[in-house]
Amino acid sequence: MSNKWVVGLYILPAFLLISIFIFIPLLLSGYYGLMDWDGIGAMKYIGMENYFNAIRDGLFWESALHSFLLALFSTVSLIVYLAISLVLASKIKGSNVLRKIYLIPMLLSSVAIAQLWIKVFNPSNGILNSILAFFGVENPPAWLAEPNVVLYAIFIPILWQYAGFYILIYYAALKNIPESIVEAARIDGATPLQIAYKIKLPLIMGVVKVTIVLAVVGSLKYFDLIYVMTGGGPNGASEVMASYMYKLAFSSNDFGYGSAIGFLLLLITLVVTVIVRKVTASKEELQY
Amino acid sequence: MKRVGYILLYVCLAVVAVFQVFPILWLFLFSLKNNQEIFSKSPFSLPTEFRWENYMKVWDSGIGGYFWNSVWITGVAIVFTVLLASMAAFAITRMKWKLSKAVLGLFMVGLMIPIHSSIIPLFNMFLKVDMIDNPWSIVITYTAYNLPITLMILLGFYYTLPREIEEAAIMDGCSVHRIFFRIILPMTVPVLSTTVIINMIYNWNEFVFVNTFISSDEYKTLTVGIQNFIGQYMTDWGAIGATLIISMLPILLAFLFFSNKVVEGISSSAVKG
Repeated sequence: MSNKWVVGLYILPAFLLISIFIFIPLLLSGYYGLMDWDGIGAMKYIGMENYFNAIRDGLFWESALHSFLLALFSTVSLIVYLAISLVLASKIKGSNVLRKIYLIPMLLSSVAIAQLWIKVFNPSNGILNSILAFFGVENPPAWLAEPNVVLYAIFIPILWQYAGFYILIYYAALKNIPESIVEAARIDGATPLQIAYKIKLPLIMGVVKVTIVLAVVGSLKYFDLIYVMTGGGPNGASEVMASYMYKLAFSSNDFGYGSAIGFLLLLITLVVTVIVRKVTASKEELQY
Repeated sequence: MKRVGYILLYVCLAVVAVFQVFPILWLFLFSLKNNQEIFSKSPFSLPTEFRWENYMKVWDSGIGGYFWNSVWITGVAIVFTVLLASMAAFAITRMKWKLSKAVLGLFMVGLMIPIHSSIIPLFNMFLKVDMIDNPWSIVITYTAYNLPITLMILLGFYYTLPREIEEAAIMDGCSVHRIFFRIILPMTVPVLSTTVIINMIYNWNEFVFVNTFISSDEYKTLTVGIQNFIGQYMTDWGAIGATLIISMLPILLAFLFFSNKVVEGISSSAVKG
């Protein structure tokens, strides 16, 4: 079964597809970043100018800051998901149905989620302000229209979208812990909080680390939701790296500079992945 | 005391469940109302009569077309992805060749890369071969970008398949292709269905490739279509609600019937960064 032609027949279609449509474009992005190019006319080689411009570009750094803030929010919110999962996995009736209910938003497209939450945030007819009014809150903020608030407002649907995903992962990890360990601790007189914090948490630390990488890297790539909800506005207050890149290329026709930003996005993602892995890596993994 | 604690925990879990579901229920409610009801009554009120005509109206004025584009593009891309990934998994786990490890590594790296870093060169590529505004550019892109995750999910299953069956088949003079299509592929149906579900969710919900490569209305899929549509019907909340519900319905139905497969697929796709 190891005839060269047969191997090629089975592996080459998939291999060629990912090479041509994933990896070659990635390299080309770095290369186009060296060009002055409007996407239609001829490319003109200008060396590292686009990359140097990016380093001096306040708007780029601002969008990067927003991306990193979202990454920070996402990482912190993992604590909430973890707490919910600890409750959910502790012999709660209906936990299987509940975790499926939590997962529903994760199945929807970011475009539909964005459009739905535009309505939720609507100042006059949205449910958010109606609920706030019910609790006696006067003058709620203008959510998506207010530069100081918009990034936090956008984070609510992100939280909504991904909660079920992380709860699902933590729940599965917690259910993998052998009942005998928890039982032994209980007999020794450990309280539920102690069991959660001292026993369960350390045992699923490996999974928690994976989710930190997922949350950080995922946040750096956010695009659809923000592009549809605010288009990066008002006045750039919710611009993130991917939306800034997209705007440069497909709205301002600055394909050379856009490619450079796209390539920087790739480098930043890779570097951050390595750093987060290093920071969360520990010398020893706990075993059951 | 312990009783009170339990009740409190249940209340917390229920609050989270309400938070997760309530916006969708509210959307469904206003998709059945007209603007007068939406603007003058409480957002939580039930519709005075169910205005299904909102659905008819948006379906006939363009959403139907976007819907069928989403269906065929999603479906064709799934068939290609699952078939090619299965062949690759077969080659990697069952055949001996030098670069096997390196190629597998390349697929692993493919899991991590941000698509936005490749979209400008991809756009230029399709422009050069005159495939911009051609739905096949979308089918190919979906296939390529879903191959790594699909392969990852399949590999776990392929490693557990017993080799004795193929060995016996080879003894009987069975060809490699017969072994793959008649023996291996049918054995992997449980995991294939998981990858089909995951691919369906990704393809159905994808936005940025279609938004970039497709400009004619006749080829747009739902995600981009609803975006345009809502731009035109800015003030008609009932129409917007109906449009969004239509776009969510196939995935929600799939979840209703195959929730265990969806859960399995999403958990195993957690490696995707």
